[in-house]
Amino acid sequence: MEPLDQDLAEGELELPSEPMLLNMGPSHPAMHGTVRIVLELSGETIMKSDVQIGYLHRGFEKMCERGTWTQIFPYADRLNYVSPMLNNVGFALACEKMLGVTVPERCQHYRVVLGELARICDHMICSGAMCMELGAFTPFLYFARAREIIWDIFEEETGARVTHSFGRVGGMAKPPTADFKAMIRAGLPRVMQMVGEGEKLILKNRIFLDRVEGVGKISKEDALALGWTGVCLRSTGAAYDVRKTHPYMTYDRYDFDVPVGTQGDNYDRFMCRQDEIRQSIRIIDQALEMMADSGPINIDDPRIVLPPKEDVYTTIEATIQHFKIVMEGIKIPAGECYSYTEGGNGELGFYLVSDGSGTPYRVRIRPPCFPIVQGLSQLINGRMIADVVPTFGSLNMIGGECDH
Amino acid sequence: MGDLSNGRGGSSVHVIQPGDSGFATTRVDALLNWAKKYSLFQYPYVTACCAMEFMAMASPRFDMARFGAEAPRFSPRQADLLWVVGTISQRQAPALKRIYEQMADPKWVLAFGTCASCGGFYDNYTTLAGIDKVIPCDVYVPGCPPRPEAVIDGLLLLQDKIARGDRTPGIVKPRTDPLVMGPDGIELVQIGKKPVLDGGSEA
Amino acid sequence: MSKKVLDLLQEKFGAAILATHAQFGDDTAVIEPGSWRAVALFLRDDPRLGMNMFTDLCGVDYLNQRGEDEPRFEVVCHLRSLQYAHRIRIKSRIGDAEGETVEIDSLVPVWKGADWFERETFDLMGITFKGHPDLRRILMYPEFKGAPLRKDYPASKTQPLIPYREGTLDKLFPFGPDEGMAFGRQTHDYRNDRGES
Repeated sequence: MEPLDQDLAEGELELPSEPMLLNMGPSHPAMHGTVRIVLELSGETIMKSDVQIGYLHRGFEKMCERGTWTQIFPYADRLNYVSPMLNNVGFALACEKMLGVTVPERCQHYRVVLGELARICDHMICSGAMCMELGAFTPFLYFARAREIIWDIFEEETGARVTHSFGRVGGMAKPPTADFKAMIRAGLPRVMQMVGEGEKLILKNRIFLDRVEGVGKISKEDALALGWTGVCLRSTGAAYDVRKTHPYMTYDRYDFDVPVGTQGDNYDRFMCRQDEIRQSIRIIDQALEMMADSGPINIDDPRIVLPPKEDVYTTIEATIQHFKIVMEGIKIPAGECYSYTEGGNGELGFYLVSDGSGTPYRVRIRPPCFPIVQGLSQLINGRMIADVVPTFGSLNMIGGECDH
Repeated sequence: MGDLSNGRGGSSVHVIQPGDSGFATTRVDALLNWAKKYSLFQYPYVTACCAMEFMAMASPRFDMARFGAEAPRFSPRQADLLWVVGTISQRQAPALKRIYEQMADPKWVLAFGTCASCGGFYDNYTTLAGIDKVIPCDVYVPGCPPRPEAVIDGLLLLQDKIARGDRTPGIVKPRTDPLVMGPDGIELVQIGKKPVLDGGSEA
Repeated sequence: MSKKVLDLLQEKFGAAILATHAQFGDDTAVIEPGSWRAVALFLRDDPRLGMNMFTDLCGVDYLNQRGEDEPRFEVVCHLRSLQYAHRIRIKSRIGDAEGETVEIDSLVPVWKGADWFERETFDLMGITFKGHPDLRRILMYPEFKGAPLRKDYPASKTQPLIPYREGTLDKLFPFGPDEGMAFGRQTHDYRNDRGES
């Protein structure tokens, strides 16, 4: 590019140029549909980036202020729609913390099993989508097929494949079916086999490794200051998992490990997720052992739990109880409460403000991937456009959660 | 110019006059429609939870590929079927309109899910209450999210419409396949066939 | 265990801590708005507290819930320490009844993570953060007017960016005979199934 009669010893030839602005999204195959990244480029290198979210803002918090506490469950499902059971359980636990009640132990094991199944789905789809965006379509198909097996279990239990709305304050909507344990014990080895096959295809691939190793690195201190939690934080070396640090429900009784990475790059995040799938399977096995085959699922408290339908139609007390809970809502005492669980992406928090009536006053979700996407700018500045794709894929941004 | 026929008999070629909707035109139209409906290049405009069922539909179990609609083209210029999958917010609506306008004719739109059809239960300040407020839509598939079978119903409905040249919007109705009580419990009856036993949930 | 967090805070700041409570097990301190950043710096830097994990920041609108002279809004911040595993919630009451000037110091110089949370609170609640490097809307589009999460913003008031099409289809049931799957229509009379007509 330099003219030959220029004396190169005088230094670089300065060409006046403006950085090029490239817009990725909001409708883009690798942007999970709802993120717009405006990149300022110099050649292929990203000088500055502006990550714009909000294209899936559906007004979750405003919707919660109309209706009752139980009517929030369908909205909560659609927050992290890849692992909806974890959101349901998280919100139910938040309401129960404010009420000061604990569900029976059988229900806790049940919630743990369903939650961990949802977590497996979340991690499989994140890894699968990341591989697909890098061009490796087959692992995605394998993981999606494995997810179908888990969804069959969910369909049998809750009636829906995705967005089950199965959690309730004080228990679950229905007790487990008779074949619950058998289906899971039969299905999980097949899931594990498919996950193993998908991994074998990708983990030794030179192209894949070059694109994810050393890319998207972040240090532990930066991750902590940004508010990262979950897999993305653990991949940098900070061993923070809500299930181990602040155990809730029956998580203190299971024996499982928490994979922690070292580099904080895409490869570590990917591998942490794959390891967590195996740890989730361990938890599920133990929970199924410990879960009783009979016993109550819902708390026996008429102010919180709906009575059985036969009683509603035959006795007057149950009719009144049903009426009050449905029409007025569960009366959660006035005050505020922050309850957190380990969601698919990290610490899923619900900050609830109640005014004592059956309608929530303020429901705030602390989305785990909101601060994580906040850090995306830092991860991609200075790298090339092609690095945006695996980096963004490994962060597992779920639009419904990030934009609530 | 009239009929051309070769002197040995056999089929004759009818040359089409202007304003003539004869045999060849209809057959050509039918052929074109057949080609269009079985080779839909989709533009998956994917936003929210319906994406999960969209991915499931593209997966080996429900397999959209057997209907010819597998190939996603992420450039609107190369696509002819716009799948609007998931909630469209007010912020996203201009982008959706832009994408629709950038597609070349012939183009069709399939609203996947309740949020794309009518806004769903998000009747608030930020959601577009149905994509037909900004772009014309051909098939609505309700469901939150719809089962992949329902979406395939919608795709087949769209293919029927393409074959007929019909542009009136259609809605996929919920369908219950007839069930009969057999000796071993409930049996699923395939329409037009004798009762067969449901072979289980494996693909 | 975490009681000492509140004790340490009260020791250091005394009058700036207007109230504390530990309802439902969450330690909470209500801070006077002027000392917001000073308290945050103390929480982060003091070696006995070490709140290095920024968890959440949001706003709550208490329109008509409190007395006439009480500030209308509350900014609520949740923090955690990785080392000691203790948490705290700090709140501050700001704002006037009309919601015109609602301001507080930004916590971005203390934790980088406060950036987007403050942008979101600005966007949805209309609370301004002084000293924020880039305060603009994040979830709503720039042309949107108002703060949607405030109690006086009606939930279904939309502000469309592009005009709607004319004559959108009336999708009320019953659907026309031409709609639905061909084979479903022939073998199933949905109305008879439900006992209508």
